[in-house]
Amino acid sequence: MITSTHYLVLGGLLALIGTLGVLTRRNVVVILMSIELILNAANLNLVAFARELNQIQGQVFAVFVIAIAVAEASVGLGILIALFRNKETVDAGEIDLLKW
Amino acid sequence: MPVSFPAGVEYLRILPEIILTLAGVLIMLLEAVWSDQRRTVFAPISLAALAAALWAAMASSYGPAFSSMLAIGGSATFFRALVIVVGLLAVLASSEYLTRERANGAEYYALILFSVVGQCVMVAANDLLMVFVGLEIASIASYVLAGYLRDDPRNNEAALKYFLLGSFATAFLLYGVAWMYGLTGSTNLSIIREVLLSSGAPSLGLTGVAAALIFVGLAFKISAAPFQIWAPDVYQGAPAPVSAFLSAGPKAAAFAVLVIFMVHFGATAEQLQPVLWACALASMVIGNFAAIQQSNIKRLLAYSSIAHAGYVLVAVTANSEIGAAAVMFYMAAYALTNIGAFAVVTHVARKGERFVSMSDFAGLSRRQPAMAAMLALFLLSLIGVPLTGGFFGKFYIFKAALDSHLVWLTVLGLLNSAVAAYYYLRVLVLMYFHEPGEGAEELPAAGASLQIAVYACAIGTLVLGILPDWVLDYASKAALK
Amino acid sequence: MLQLWLIPVLPLVGFLLNGLLGRRLSKPVVNVIACGSVLLSFLWVLKSLNALGVFSGGLEEAYKEHYFTWIQSGMLNISVDFAVDRLTAVMLMIVTGIGFLIHVYATGYMAHEGGYYRFFAYLNLFMFFMLVLVLGANFLLLFIGWEGVGLCSYLLIGFYFLEKFATDAANKAFIVNRIGDFGFSLAVFLVVIHFGTLDFTAVFEKVNAMPVESAAGWMTAISLLLLVGATGKSAQIPLYVWLPDAMAGPTPVSALIHAATMVTAGVYMVARSAPIFLHSAHALDIVAIVGLATAFFAATIGLAQTDIKKVYAYSTVSQLGYMFVGLGVGAFSAGIFHVMTHAFFKALLFLGAGSVIHACSGEQDMRFMGGLRKYTPITMYTLAAATLAIAGFPGLSGAASKDLILEAAYEHAPWMYWVGVVTAGMTAFYVGRAFCMTFFGEYRGKPAAKAHGHGHDDHAHGHGTPHESPASMWIPLVVLAVLSLAGHRFFPIPAFLEPIFPLHEGEPEHWLEYVATAFGLGGLALAYLFYVVSPGLPDSIASTFRGPYRLIYNKYFVDELYDSAVITPTIEGSRALLWRVVDARGIDGLVNGVGTTARGVGAVLRRMQSGSIRSYAAWVVLGSIAIVAYIGFRGGVL
Repeated sequence: MITSTHYLVLGGLLALIGTLGVLTRRNVVVILMSIELILNAANLNLVAFARELNQIQGQVFAVFVIAIAVAEASVGLGILIALFRNKETVDAGEIDLLKW
Repeated sequence: MPVSFPAGVEYLRILPEIILTLAGVLIMLLEAVWSDQRRTVFAPISLAALAAALWAAMASSYGPAFSSMLAIGGSATFFRALVIVVGLLAVLASSEYLTRERANGAEYYALILFSVVGQCVMVAANDLLMVFVGLEIASIASYVLAGYLRDDPRNNEAALKYFLLGSFATAFLLYGVAWMYGLTGSTNLSIIREVLLSSGAPSLGLTGVAAALIFVGLAFKISAAPFQIWAPDVYQGAPAPVSAFLSAGPKAAAFAVLVIFMVHFGATAEQLQPVLWACALASMVIGNFAAIQQSNIKRLLAYSSIAHAGYVLVAVTANSEIGAAAVMFYMAAYALTNIGAFAVVTHVARKGERFVSMSDFAGLSRRQPAMAAMLALFLLSLIGVPLTGGFFGKFYIFKAALDSHLVWLTVLGLLNSAVAAYYYLRVLVLMYFHEPGEGAEELPAAGASLQIAVYACAIGTLVLGILPDWVLDYASKAALK
Repeated sequence: MLQLWLIPVLPLVGFLLNGLLGRRLSKPVVNVIACGSVLLSFLWVLKSLNALGVFSGGLEEAYKEHYFTWIQSGMLNISVDFAVDRLTAVMLMIVTGIGFLIHVYATGYMAHEGGYYRFFAYLNLFMFFMLVLVLGANFLLLFIGWEGVGLCSYLLIGFYFLEKFATDAANKAFIVNRIGDFGFSLAVFLVVIHFGTLDFTAVFEKVNAMPVESAAGWMTAISLLLLVGATGKSAQIPLYVWLPDAMAGPTPVSALIHAATMVTAGVYMVARSAPIFLHSAHALDIVAIVGLATAFFAATIGLAQTDIKKVYAYSTVSQLGYMFVGLGVGAFSAGIFHVMTHAFFKALLFLGAGSVIHACSGEQDMRFMGGLRKYTPITMYTLAAATLAIAGFPGLSGAASKDLILEAAYEHAPWMYWVGVVTAGMTAFYVGRAFCMTFFGEYRGKPAAKAHGHGHDDHAHGHGTPHESPASMWIPLVVLAVLSLAGHRFFPIPAFLEPIFPLHEGEPEHWLEYVATAFGLGGLALAYLFYVVSPGLPDSIASTFRGPYRLIYNKYFVDELYDSAVITPTIEGSRALLWRVVDARGIDGLVNGVGTTARGVGAVLRRMQSGSIRSYAAWVVLGSIAIVAYIGFRGGVL
């Protein structure tokens, strides 16, 4: 029997993996994917809670999050493409014109 | 399942958002249809839309809308008006810049309008979902704005940093929101408040952690330490009028949400008080001391905005009605002052933002006395000299803090504001007590719309400093609700 | 209604006219606007005071005019009220009367300066804020005037902004005063929290209703914070350092702002808040001790200065110290009396010094003056009057007020009297020295020399020999000289202030006066001996006591101490700690660990890394972990 706790633990693990990904990966695209992982962790929680509470609210929320995540990703990739055309790199470590 | 349609008055309550969205869409459509010669109409259209939205926001009746997803009250009305005014001033301050950079595109105005819509939704939110949606609408539009000049590597980098870190922090917020939903069984803030007050409330420790995660997302938007790290890079790299917009609008909206949460989360929010205390102090210290070192004026204003976020957090920490009123008043004063300062910077920077170093402001009083005088006024307001809005802002904040027995925070805050005088003063000294540098170019007179923006900010700063009564009165009444 | 608001508003109109239109106006018009507005204000003061019966023994109670409610909310009610009581009356007379004389003088003094209209606009603006400060009937108006005069003083010190020295001095003044204002604003907050109002009458009624013992803690805290504010504005230890440097401003500014009016704002503020101070014996003691220490130390520094304005600047600090002693030992009326007499003779000393500097075409170093009695007789006689007055020559104004303070000090604690008397002797010596070095002996300046030294007060109209100043300059000198000699007879302040500050009962011991006089005359005689009779003597003494002399000459190295103990560490600390370590190294070290350093150490790479997105993300994560962990542990979840 898979209980809500299982989902929540999985969500927690996803969030952790996403956070670590942001910290350790150099490729901006992968960082972006890691952030999406955290959003999905939240989605998983929302849906799991909705099932637990026998409600629809959480699922609706998750749909909204998915839609917004798409918008966010497309804007992010757009920004990255603009940067890539100027600098020809997607390495987060090389993007450091502005500092101190 | 019965389907209930919203009543007519509920549409009126979100009329500002409707107007702005439609205007944004209209601008995008016109751009596709019209030839290049007609580009000059986008600014007037957006100004008209913002003015109409401002009227709609002020005229809106109080009450819930759309199944209580939104709740229009005194605080929401105040902040909606504030963020719309910020949008208005940002548009006025931008058109000269965009013409200069040959980037007078429709999407710029549309993005400003959309970002304002997001902020309006945030400040009127009565549901965690609306907070999240509003926050994302506001943020996504501002990510693009920060990188608006897509051929400028500084813009690219500012946008990328703002985007990656912003969506990272928002992800934390969302994760916290999910937990808050799971623990309380609702996303509606009014219901959450009842649940948290009831006897069957979930453990304070759990809701506290969820609230802490939500706070992380908001603290990022208000650039409070330790989540301030993006602000200097983004404010420096983004186009100057965009920096003006970012430092005022999204920040005010995030503070509004923070105050909403402090009210609705009750005991859970009180747990956060030590965290707020530390963040307020850290923001003031980091902002002020790092600003001393800066030579780029945009970066200096960025650090200064971190410090000012610290002052406002002091009022949030007070967690009282007076504190909430102080937040509103200070954000109004700060928004006007800061947009004004950035507008002058926009003007002095010239094409490609070549003149944004402090030394480029040397002798500005000789080159352009009116602009120098205005910038001086804004800097004095940022210092908190009497008869400017900044003075009463600080006055109410520290009064609220003392009323809540935050003696040490008040003392440290006042000490900080004494330190802050130093770096603002450096700019003043350069403008008034130095000769223009060798490389100083002939500075043409500022365009009409930029001048309107600067003078409007100056008048606002002075009015808030000389007649703070009506704004404060409004804020106090709004905070009581 | 007496329309008291006209008193400050008239100079404000002058400021607006000159500030907005001055560039297009001719000098005589600027003069008429600047001096005329202050004269009208002075006349309005006279008319109002006359109507209140000040000159016929009236005004026992304060008279208050309410204009409008400024701020009204649940948090705070503040109205714009002006009030006049006898204390205010004295200050009004000083500010507008002396202010007018100095405006007239400045028309002559600044005649050859650039930015003429700007100078007078600032001066008028200063008058406005100073009058608001004095007239305001609550702490907020007082504070607004207080900040305003500080701002104007800043603008005027930096008036010769092409000199780096002047700019630095202006900065220093502003920043030191910010520290004082920090104390003042905290005090205002405490008053509002504790009493719920800022109105003087209401606050003092509540204070007076309290028994002395029960309120001591609060009252002491408020008093001490007010004192911090006062030490900033009135240049007391430890915040006195800005005043001597402020002499970089034009001389009329030194006379008006840094001698006669603004710097006495601290004294006024303490006297105004007397009910609060009287509820805290400790605070009063500290006021007296701060004042006495300042008086003594500043006097010793004055002994060895060679710049004539610096001598008078330290003398101002020292005399302000006397006023604080007066306040601290409870003789409030004596303190205010000294404010007035000091305004007379110190304004005269500065204006005279300005006249001397003018005569020597900008020279300020006394070592290059001398023998001026031949060239500038009027300046000499008027300066003689001021010198005698400050030295405590019997029967003159300075002696009258100083002796009152010293007598009160003796009743309070005899040792204070003795320190005060020694200080009086030193004062007499250095003012006598300044007088002798300027007017006796032979002229030691270079003929046709253009200004050197600090080069401010630069009158580049190259006359070869010293010359007397124009009438617009010497007439104010004569008026002030008369006031220095006999002003205390026209205005017997202690008796006048009796309704507010009761006088001491009992006859003072006469020998106290005689001893003080003896010290004063002794100082003068010594100066005459050293600098006129046998001019070689001071040098040989200075070389015998090289160590102490150097210490005094360098003003006890206080500036250097502040520099190295406060200013440099603040700036360097922020550079080193926040900017480099936290931002660049701290996070790098945490995130990239040893790896970064291994991959090719060096500043370049580190610098490149510190703009890195990932180190920023680490900030966000670390901050989140810290906050969540704190809340989690407290809530018992983790």
